[in-house]
Parts: sequence; structure tokens; C-alpha cells
Amino acid sequence: MYGYAGNILRVDLSSENIAIEPLTEELVDKYIGGRGFGAYYVYKEVPQGADPYGPGNILVFASGPFAGLLLPAGSKTSISAKSPATGIYGDSNVGGHLAGEMKYAGWDAIVIRGRANSPCYLFIDDDRVEIRPAGHIWGKGAIKTEEILKEELGDDFQIATIGPAGETGVVFACVNHDFGRQAGRCGMGAVMGSKNLKAIAVRGTRGVPVADIEGLRKVANDMFQELLSNPGLKIWQDLGLAQVTTWANSIAALPTRNFRENFYEDVDGLSGELMKETIVVRDKACFACPMATGKICKASFRGKTVLVEGPEYETTALIGSNCALRSIEEVAFANYLCDELGLDTISAGNVVGFAMECLEKGIITKEDLGGIEARFGSLDAFSDLVHKIAAREGVGDLLAEGVRGASSVWGDESKRIAIHVKGLEWSGYESRGAPSMMLAYMTCDIGAHHNRAWSVTHDIAVGRNIIEGKAAKVIEFQHVRPLFDCFGVCRLQWVELGLPLEHYAKLYPVVTGRKDSWEDLLRKSERIWNLTRAFAVREKEDFGRADDWPPRRFYEEPVPDGPVEGMHITEDDLNVLLDEYYEIRGWDADGRPTADTLTKLGLEDVATELRRMGRIK
Amino acid sequence: MSLAIDALRCTGCKLCQIVCSVANFGENNPKKAAIRIVSKLFTEARYEVVVCDQCGECIDACPFEAISLVEGVVTIDPELCTNCGICVDACPKDAMFTHGEVDHPIKCILCGECAKLCPRGILGSLEAADEGKVAG
Repeated sequence: MYGYAGNILRVDLSSENIAIEPLTEELVDKYIGGRGFGAYYVYKEVPQGADPYGPGNILVFASGPFAGLLLPAGSKTSISAKSPATGIYGDSNVGGHLAGEMKYAGWDAIVIRGRANSPCYLFIDDDRVEIRPAGHIWGKGAIKTEEILKEELGDDFQIATIGPAGETGVVFACVNHDFGRQAGRCGMGAVMGSKNLKAIAVRGTRGVPVADIEGLRKVANDMFQELLSNPGLKIWQDLGLAQVTTWANSIAALPTRNFRENFYEDVDGLSGELMKETIVVRDKACFACPMATGKICKASFRGKTVLVEGPEYETTALIGSNCALRSIEEVAFANYLCDELGLDTISAGNVVGFAMECLEKGIITKEDLGGIEARFGSLDAFSDLVHKIAAREGVGDLLAEGVRGASSVWGDESKRIAIHVKGLEWSGYESRGAPSMMLAYMTCDIGAHHNRAWSVTHDIAVGRNIIEGKAAKVIEFQHVRPLFDCFGVCRLQWVELGLPLEHYAKLYPVVTGRKDSWEDLLRKSERIWNLTRAFAVREKEDFGRADDWPPRRFYEEPVPDGPVEGMHITEDDLNVLLDEYYEIRGWDADGRPTADTLTKLGLEDVATELRRMGRIK
Repeated sequence: MSLAIDALRCTGCKLCQIVCSVANFGENNPKKAAIRIVSKLFTEARYEVVVCDQCGECIDACPFEAISLVEGVVTIDPELCTNCGICVDACPKDAMFTHGEVDHPIKCILCGECAKLCPRGILGSLEAADEGKVAG
């Protein structure tokens, strides 16, 4: 099959059974790849009510048709499972070099189930697949583990690992790859750890067939030439995503002190320019990417000097301004701690910022935090807390459940300021002054993440007070952006450098030989969106509008200062946003897909199942 | 002649490897390429670019006279090559690569395709190499 390796690798860690399944036309036609494959397998194979940490959960590593090919940044691996953070479908993707390597080894996806008796890692060398003991790396840091395995196996293996937080099942444990890139969100590292799976190491030597190699060369050449001659490229190469910090502050969207504010007075200490001047030692790219937004930095703290990839914008927003750290070097060191411990920096920054505010407000005491003086601005406190979280020691055991879990113990006033949707902590755009972005977070299928729809610029363009008419734009983004996660290609070349979508539409037929138009592909993306929603509806009897609701802080507290001081959003506004959104999607008034909508999208079986359960009409 | 390389500015994207494999083998397969990016991230926070610098030591090493200088480029004649591997061991740069599906070693023939697309321009140009700006 053109554009694909042609096989799915099945691994059952309980029985140690390893099986090969041919990739089917139907799977490719309906779900494309990447996140689409993940959604398909998780819906089909994880039974309703399954324990996310149990052997019945599956973990899917999926590449896509564009990954590993001669085209810009075909670097993305999607990792999917039932999320321990949210209890519904979760996925997270990671750049680097794993997605292509899986295909060179012959595998479009790796579907892992069961639980190994003892710590293991999965070794894949083309057709040779082995479950190997991992006693010598269990307990080690995520980056250290990759370094050890690279020494043992060779630099030509691509490796994904978890840190101690994955082993202890922290709900925001990430999967690490390629020194400093992470599939951060939804606790995919915790699912991996629950299976006693410390790492996956892959090496492949085969080519990936494409339908029209000369056609691919031509489209790819056009894309690369456009990127290389783009005047905007240089600043991305120079500063990477770190340049976003001061911009996000200037538009009043930078999460500050647990999202209390969206404007940080000390932002200059966190700027991308300062980072480049003071701590960046190397630029680093994912596969075939001209932007190279990865920045390797050198950071020192408490007499220890470390190398770390990052911080990128999200990390600086959530660990920097959201915990009120004052220097980019401190953020870089905190980034290193999270990477090595195997914690998602977005959720870690939320959780620590939440604990800091709860302490400041007197909702909890220092004693509740095991004696840690967790004041805003303290890297010492950040460090102490994340170590306790990763070890699930003392208060760390509670904070390891994320802000939703912690706030269920710390009481109603803490729930008001626990910044999450569906159990997933909010990423780097405070949205009281950006209603479409607010809606994007509320309706994102995995919880409060910006990757599905990043529409803050739309709010600025059409009016930050306007509510009506915004849902359509969010839905448009929610179909086009996840397509990139299906293709296995990075979206930044389009989002940040304006590389036209037409190129990707042209790539699809030359790579796969398929005739689908861009509209057809968007329809498949809509199918996947409805499938992940259906997973949530199947999972929870009352799943609906309440699950799409943002934290009370956002509609009870107007923005206290900065460029949009006084702006607020009301509960009525939120309902208008959701009403419009559900209607356009063809969902009922409480946000459940109707049988008719599911059927029109080719999800008849799903409609039948949900109707039989009484979940939908 | 050889490619002029500024390896300290390499970002490790490996676009050169996939460009090489498509240009020379008509295939998307970075393992079938005459250039390799090797990670030294964990210890030195940098990448190494491994590619033939046309030093010619393999010409003398080859017992079958399958390697010769053709228009300034050290070139393997696949007809004469027995894939014995002696040149692979003899290469001082470890830049003579092998692949199970190719019946001779793979080395850089200075086609220049990788240099055209290198996003940082670190593979330079053949002309720059002629002027002696060769880092190896």
C-alpha cells in the first residue's frame, strides 16, 4: 500500500504473544493513519469501563502516510490509549525520528496490550521483535534511559522511554523521545508504565513505497523552496517557539500565577531573545524539518549544570509565568527536571501553580504540602514538588492525580481554580479574552489542549468580545489541524510559515495513489472527531455539556490587569458558544452525537452500539 | 572536491539522508544513503555529519580495482565490485555505507542534491569545497 509500511505489529505483554496483522484498505480509507488509527483501535478494543492502568487498556504508537518521506517534517508519531487523566480517549504526539523509523522497520502502528510480569522494553529491528528485560533501566530518568539504550543498541535505533513518573502512574506522565521531545499530554507515559514497559527501541532498513516518486519530488521541492525562501523562516530557526512568549503576553493570553492573570510583568526574563543570548547551545530539528525549533540549552541550579532540549513556549508559559519564575534559565532547569522524571511540563506547571495558589489563599497549609514552602516564584518548591509527584511520595501522591484529583480533596474553593477540562490541565493560552479559544479548550476531545484548534488569532481578528459565530471557526480548525496528526506530519510549517494547505492536498495522491480530495480528507477527520466523542459518551452515562465546561475562575473573575483588564465571559456566553457548536456538529443539546450524524459519517456500528446502551437517541 | 561541511550548525534533521536516497536510489529510505547524521546529543549536544571527503584511500585498499577517480570523484564501479567490504573497513571517515539490498558499498558521488535542500546550508557547495573550505 503506497505511503504505508503495510503492517500492524501486535504485542501482548501478558502472554508475550507477538503477531503481525496486515494493514487493511478499510482502515486506511476510513482513518488515514496516526491519530485516526489510534482512535479506531482504542474505540474498538478498549471495553467500556476498562481501567486505564489495567491490562485491558491498549497503547497505540501510530505513524502516518507522510511520515519518514521526502517532504517537510514528516516526523510525528501519535500515541493513543484510554487516558488515566481523563478516563476517556487520549492521545499525544511526538516529533523526532520515531514515526519514519517505524515504517522503515515495516510497521505503520504498534498496538500494545496486557502487562508484563516484570519491567521490559520492546526491541524492534525490522522483522525481529523481542520483549527484553529492562531491570537495568527501571527507575532511571527518561533521558538517561534513552542514552543507555542508545549505547547498548546503537545510535541508529529510535527510542521512546518513560521516566519514574510513568512507572509510578502519575496521570500526567509523558513519553520521551529523541533526547528532549515528548508526547506530553493525557498520561500516555503512565499507561506505558502500567504495562511495565520502560521503552520501545526501533530500527528499520526498508524503503517506504510511494505511488509517484517523481510527483513527490516535485511537490516536496516546491514546499522546501517556499519554506527556505520564506523571510519568516529565520526567526523560527533562531528562536523557535520561545519567541511566542512575549507575543502571548502582549495579547494578554499568557497564563500567569495559575491563570489568575494573563499578563506577566516579568516576561522579559522569560523571552526567547534572552534565552538565545544566554543559554541556547544548539538548534535541533525533527526529521526533515527546516524550522528546527528545538533549542538545546545549558542550565544550572543548586550547583548542578544540565543540558536540556527546551524550554519551548508551552513550558515557559506553564512553568515560567504560571508559577511566576523569573528567569528563563530557571524554567530550563525545571524543564530538565520534568523531562528526566517523565512529567508533562504543561500539566506539571498547572499542578504546581495550583498548589502555590492554594497555599497563598490559605486553602491548604504548608503542612499539607509536606512542609514545602510553595510560594509563587520558587524553583526550589517546584523542584521539591515534582520530585515528590514522580515518586508519589506524601502530597506528591495526591498531586500525581492532577488538578482535578487534588481539588476533589482540597475542596470547593480549590475546584474553582483547578484549571482543567475533562481532567486535562489547560495549556498555554488564557482565554477569558478569547471566546473561540475558550470554546476550543472546552470542546477539545482529549481535554484542555490547544492542538486541535488554535483560534486565539481569530478572536483578535474578528473581535475579542464577540461570541456568536465563533463555533464554526473552531470546528473548521478541529478538522484541519488533526489531519496533520493523521498524516504523521508537523503542522507548524502551515500554521507559522503559511505553507499553503494545497501542498498537503497534492501530497496525498502522489504519496498514497488515492483519489481523495481535501474535502474528503476533512470528512474523515470529522469522522475521527465523532469517534473520540463517542468513546466518551460510551464511557460515561451522563457525559455531555458539564464535561465541556471550563473552571469557574474563568467566568467568575474578570481579567484583573493587563491589556484586556476587566474582560470576562459569562455563563450565558459559554452556553451560546456550546449551543452553536453542538448544532453545527449535528449533536444533541447536551453535546452527544446523534445516531443520524454518526451514520452519515460512516459510523453506523457506533450509532447502533450507543443507541443500544441508551446513550444516544 | 568534496562537500564543505559546517557540522556544528547541523540540526540533525536528516533531510540530507532522505534526499540522497530518493535522488540516488529512487526510494524513501534514509538507510540507503551516502550521508549519515550521527547524534552526539547526550554527551556533547551536537551532531556529526559523516560523508565521504574523497580522500581516495579506498582506491588503494580495493583489491579488485573497482574504485577509481572519475572526473575528480572517487567512484565505485558496481560491475567490478565484489562487495568484499575491505573499503568499508579501510575508510578513515567511516563514510562507506552498506545496505542489505545494495550489492556494493554506498558512497557520496558529489551529486550535490543534499546541499541544495539543507535548511541551514551547512553542506555548503562543491565550489566552496574547491576553494579549500572543507571541514570534512
